[in-house]
Amino acid sequence: MSLMNWIDDRFPLTKVWQEHMAQYYAPKNFNIWYYFGSLALVVLVLQIVTGILLTMHYKPDADLAFASVEYIMRDVPAGWFIRYLHGVGSSMFFLMVYLHMFRAMLYGSHRNPRELIWLLGIVIYVALMAEAFFGYLLPWGNMSYWGAQVIVSLFGAIPWIGEPLAEWIRGDFVISDATLNRFFAFHVILLPLLLALLVYLHIVALHKVGSNNPDGIEIKKNKDKDGIPVDGIPFHPYYTVKDTFGVAVFMTVFLGIVFFVPELDGWFLEKDNFAPADILQTPPEIVPLWYLTPYYSILRAVTFEWLPGGAKLWGVIAMGAAIVMFFFLPWLDRAKVRSIRYRGWMYKTMLMLFAVDFVMLGYLGTVNPGHVNLVWFKNVTWAQIGLVIYFAFFLLMPIYTKLDRTKPEPDRVR
Amino acid sequence: MKSMMKRLLLLLCMLWAPAGLAAGGGNEHLDSAYIDLADKGSLRRGAHTFVNYCLSCHEASFMRYERMARDLEIDSNTLKQSMMFAADKPGELMTVNMSDQDAKPWFGVVPPDLSLTARSRGPDWIYTYLRGFYRDGSTPTGWNNTLYPNVAMPHVLYEWQGMRKASYETSADGAKVLAGFEQLRPGTMNAQEYDSAIRNLTNFMVYLAEPAKLVRYRIGFWVMVFMLVFVGLSYLLKKEYWRDVH
Repeated sequence: MSLMNWIDDRFPLTKVWQEHMAQYYAPKNFNIWYYFGSLALVVLVLQIVTGILLTMHYKPDADLAFASVEYIMRDVPAGWFIRYLHGVGSSMFFLMVYLHMFRAMLYGSHRNPRELIWLLGIVIYVALMAEAFFGYLLPWGNMSYWGAQVIVSLFGAIPWIGEPLAEWIRGDFVISDATLNRFFAFHVILLPLLLALLVYLHIVALHKVGSNNPDGIEIKKNKDKDGIPVDGIPFHPYYTVKDTFGVAVFMTVFLGIVFFVPELDGWFLEKDNFAPADILQTPPEIVPLWYLTPYYSILRAVTFEWLPGGAKLWGVIAMGAAIVMFFFLPWLDRAKVRSIRYRGWMYKTMLMLFAVDFVMLGYLGTVNPGHVNLVWFKNVTWAQIGLVIYFAFFLLMPIYTKLDRTKPEPDRVR
Repeated sequence: MKSMMKRLLLLLCMLWAPAGLAAGGGNEHLDSAYIDLADKGSLRRGAHTFVNYCLSCHEASFMRYERMARDLEIDSNTLKQSMMFAADKPGELMTVNMSDQDAKPWFGVVPPDLSLTARSRGPDWIYTYLRGFYRDGSTPTGWNNTLYPNVAMPHVLYEWQGMRKASYETSADGAKVLAGFEQLRPGTMNAQEYDSAIRNLTNFMVYLAEPAKLVRYRIGFWVMVFMLVFVGLSYLLKKEYWRDVH
């Protein structure tokens, strides 16, 4: 292997391979929840590849954008396939990220010494929301247009600087060609670069401290005479083949959606977005796509006009705070154990309640607040209950995780 | 713990399922169009109706004649002689020779492009709308529509359907409810023939909104076959590698 020697003298290729793949020891007891990290990475790569292909035919111009997307759908060979991969991919990206985050909350992967991995992860999540928001304007459909109009106008709720700020973001008094061009720049350059960098840092931080596992105990405490964790197995080939299987299952579901139900009944591609942007025609119901609706629900749940500054301002604050809560999670959690397997009933109950609450808020964000779609109360009342549960989960966490009666952790992983 | 996770996943799935149904619907009653894209004859009949009646005012500016002919198996003579009224070359887009500036004063609105109507409104909406015209002396065109009240479009297909009058009733909660139609003058088609013609037209408009739909399912089937084999093989590979892990 003289070529390898030649490279290794100039670049630590073998060293990197061994540190991060062949001699990176991961706990042997990963379960189904541990697929979603690698799957999120797969979707990121897929989004970048399909995104590059789309930019070859897409035109970021208010007069041409909508038609250029239809040109991709009809005249570009396999253009429809690339476009559906990218559109469905954005939803799948969020689905993977949400499951990946929930995994961390189940097994305490955000706890000491992995706080920085968690923080980087939340920054990735926020960057992803921005990426999705900017990208959603690009097809220049009517929902693209009005969705952007509504979200950007939220900045207008900030006292004093709000309106000039919203105008500065749009580059105009309304969403226009100027907005489309800058959102295109953010979507295809700024945020992909940022995401790639953040994902790299996320993995570097993970490989520094090592992976957590469903038992939430450190495998590095039990090492054999060679210094290798007895409950660890090399990432390659064990987890590379296991993740290959995960990718196969995931791609089957993903491609099934792409080929058979790409709109997923309006959940992944909205009806109103097949009509071009029209400044004179507001869609009957302006809602973001499902992955942002939990926060949209929280925004709309604050209807108390007697609050100083008005309900809209406090809705925006609540929405912002809902996302910020995630950053504090590692320090809000005071339990002696990490994994839900050894936690008491309080954390288990609260986490399940939070998961159901998050899904409920997501659903409520897609329906009219004044209607009754669930039982008993109007949607807005349920959203208010949901908001209280959401914040109670985080703010009461130092109390209930401290009070909770935990079980003793085992010495070795099961 | 494992079963708890499974139950939670199941719960999440169940929570999303009814939401999907709720997200699609408006309030108006729509008749089902029973779309069948495999029926090429229906698509061709719909295409003839479309180019003869719709394409005089509306555009389908994202669609090319040539593509339609190829997908629907229409020979080039038929295409040129009985379908291409507003174009010289088969490669052209299905546009009309009317500027927006002219259309606005003539119709009150610019007739919308119909390329994607089946996706933005849904096939059932089109099917119900085109069967909902009735005589109404109070509108500028003399026509009105049960699904789209005071629509600017007149009843273009009235020769087929004839003239009808709609009768409305007031329901218990004060809402105006359609009670039925009364035929004022018969058309060249009976009700069944007219419904069938509109179904063909709707079918064509579904194709028009997404020509790829004709190949999407066919390719998708083989993709699924391949993926399932891949899932099986990758599972066996994983199992083989993991034999020594306990």
